[in-house]
Amino acid sequence: MITLSYLDLGAASLLVLALAGISFKMRLGLHNQLLISASRTVIQLLLVGMVLRELFRTSQLGWIMLMAFVMLTVAGRAVQSRQKRRLKGLWGYGIGTSSMFISSFAVTFFALTAVVSVTPWYTPQYAIPLLGMLLGNTMNGVSLGMNQLTQTAWQQKAIIEQRLLLGQDRGQAIGDIRIDSIRTGMIPIINSMATCGIVSLPGMMTGQILAGSPPYEAVKYQIMIMFLIAAGTGFGVMASVFLTSKHLFDERHRLRLDRLKSD
Amino acid sequence: MSQLRIESLSYMGRPPVDFFINDGECISLSGPSGSGKSLLLRALADLDEYQGRIYLDQKECHEFSAPQWRKQVGLLMAESCWWFDTVGDHFGLLENSKDVNGWLAQLDFNPEVMNWQVNRLSTGEKQRLAIVRLLANRPKALLLDEPTASLDKRNIEKVEDLLTVYRKENSAPTIWVSHDPEQEKRIASRRYRIKGDLIIEEDHDRSSR
Repeated sequence: MITLSYLDLGAASLLVLALAGISFKMRLGLHNQLLISASRTVIQLLLVGMVLRELFRTSQLGWIMLMAFVMLTVAGRAVQSRQKRRLKGLWGYGIGTSSMFISSFAVTFFALTAVVSVTPWYTPQYAIPLLGMLLGNTMNGVSLGMNQLTQTAWQQKAIIEQRLLLGQDRGQAIGDIRIDSIRTGMIPIINSMATCGIVSLPGMMTGQILAGSPPYEAVKYQIMIMFLIAAGTGFGVMASVFLTSKHLFDERHRLRLDRLKSD
Repeated sequence: MSQLRIESLSYMGRPPVDFFINDGECISLSGPSGSGKSLLLRALADLDEYQGRIYLDQKECHEFSAPQWRKQVGLLMAESCWWFDTVGDHFGLLENSKDVNGWLAQLDFNPEVMNWQVNRLSTGEKQRLAIVRLLANRPKALLLDEPTASLDKRNIEKVEDLLTVYRKENSAPTIWVSHDPEQEKRIASRRYRIKGDLIIEEDHDRSSR
């Protein structure tokens, strides 16, 4: 494996500087954002590198768990901030976060103990990257699914109430919308499973190959990752859509859109 | 006896009201738009939160599950909604019952209507079919929010007849929201009017002046 020196990175950064210079000349108004984002990449990744180095060195379950929960809460916030109409109070945050917790953590634990079978199961070199990839993808699915559900319920208030009035229960009245929302959350991962390797080489596999792994080993890991992500996203989307749709009604099967607030 | 009795019902922060409708009786309800007629009906169908008690047949609303209650206390909204592709999909298994076909015939539909595409129905057709859809649940009480607003004179008559026969045959207490004083006289034995926060019986109002 060829290690990169800071001088090498400096060379790569010239490309970003050149882009910033040209966008300044063209008055795109993006040069500041571009430079700030590039700097954030450097700082955030260096920090995470430091954290990971310490984590790998100590390999203590407590610290690894802390790291995992920080990742989870940030993902929960990201889900919440992408909702056009979100549940008021702690509900929206709680439902999104707990759905991701159940699916991502369970799938990661399964992968560590039953698939990769590493000892101890929380070996951070495996646990943290796996969890990160799962959370990142589940986060997208969950926010898409929840957003679709609350938006559609808002738009189709009249239809939902008509169905309730004809004696349907809350599950029947919002059933079609729920199915649509789960589909919306799951389609991206299904598409990316269908096209991966043809349209794009998955990032993780690329990384492993660049770092010197034999292609077949990288491919096997990538296949496992795709399966884990599909499962984690699917279960996370289902849980979040079910919990959200339940909370859109009260115990007397009344549609409670007053529990939503818009931006 | 299926009487609809309303005890200190308060909805949307309004002061409580009391009234009752005897079995098979129809009362009309009028009042300016925005006066809360539809809100009252929504509360009676337990679709909005309310305080107080509503009894059907001496049984309180909360003794039933909400879907059961709404099947018995049938609310017809001013504008009907349709969400499947064909009319028949909305009737489920009730589609071919003898009653449904009879009601359809009374409103000039033949049973073929069940295969019609919903997006090709006119407003009036939707309204008349919504009435049949409501009755297919065999409600014990009727809450009708301007059931004839989008109909021509001939169809108004047919709908009035159909609903009156259903009400009498099933002893169903009925609230009929209407803007037409002539219609109120035709269909209702008592006429109520919403005035501000109050629900006033029209003739009482007059005699007290």
